[in-house]
Amino acid sequence: MAFGGPLTITTPDDTQIVITRQFDAPRHLVFACYTQPALIRRWLNGAEGWIMTVCEFEPRVGGKYRYEWKAPSGYVMGMGGVIREISPVDRVVSAELFDEDWTGGETVSVLDFDEASGRTTLVNTITYASKDARDGALQTPMAEGMEHGYKKLDDVLIELA
Amino acid sequence: MPTPAALDATFQALADPTRRAILARLAMGEASVMELAEPFAMSQPAISKHLKVLENAGLISRGRDAQRRPCKLEAAPLAEATGWLIEYRKFWEQQFGQLDDLLDELKRLEALAGKN
Repeated sequence: MAFGGPLTITTPDDTQIVITRQFDAPRHLVFACYTQPALIRRWLNGAEGWIMTVCEFEPRVGGKYRYEWKAPSGYVMGMGGVIREISPVDRVVSAELFDEDWTGGETVSVLDFDEASGRTTLVNTITYASKDARDGALQTPMAEGMEHGYKKLDDVLIELA
Repeated sequence: MPTPAALDATFQALADPTRRAILARLAMGEASVMELAEPFAMSQPAISKHLKVLENAGLISRGRDAQRRPCKLEAAPLAEATGWLIEYRKFWEQQFGQLDDLLDELKRLEALAGKN
């Protein structure tokens, strides 16, 4: 993994995380990979060694979704939510809640799919109920089962500069 | 693990590009306020204000020397805050890497089906 790659993660204000990523595919495919359970479970399978045990997604307004992952230790992490807005192939808005309520209330996730020259830019804006919830989210889902090897400070500063 | 309040102070301190530039400069070694102000089109009091925010967040410390009071980078809070960001980023890199593979496969299927 190299810094400055196509993935950017920013915290534009106290309660938000914005994830931006480009894909070398038209947006109808990226949209499908986010909204069809058979495709979702092919890639959103959690941290290394984890398996996705539940993957449900009803792509309609008011539709529900539910994901569960199982860690090698047997620990199960689950989350679910409701689709508030879905506009193929450019936008999905959902309200989500993890089973273990470390996010301190409802989280709103907006997915925007933008296509140019056959490439898609995905912007996922996640708004948490509070600052603490946002900061807590940055610790999870890697709190369990992943090693916390801190990069050398120099690497960190190169990324920040 | 840092407390949410400590993490907050760190994130807030890092939210400003001038303060990040100051940290990058301090990564190369200690510097006085005057030395830090040099590369920026900013007055010394303005730089001092930024230094106060960084000091309160525990990201820098100031030397005892009354004249110079050199600033020094304190690595721990930064490593803690960005360590989490790095882990978060690693997680998504991994997921998106898998999504890239899946998208390649779907593109091939579409091409085969003549839908492109």
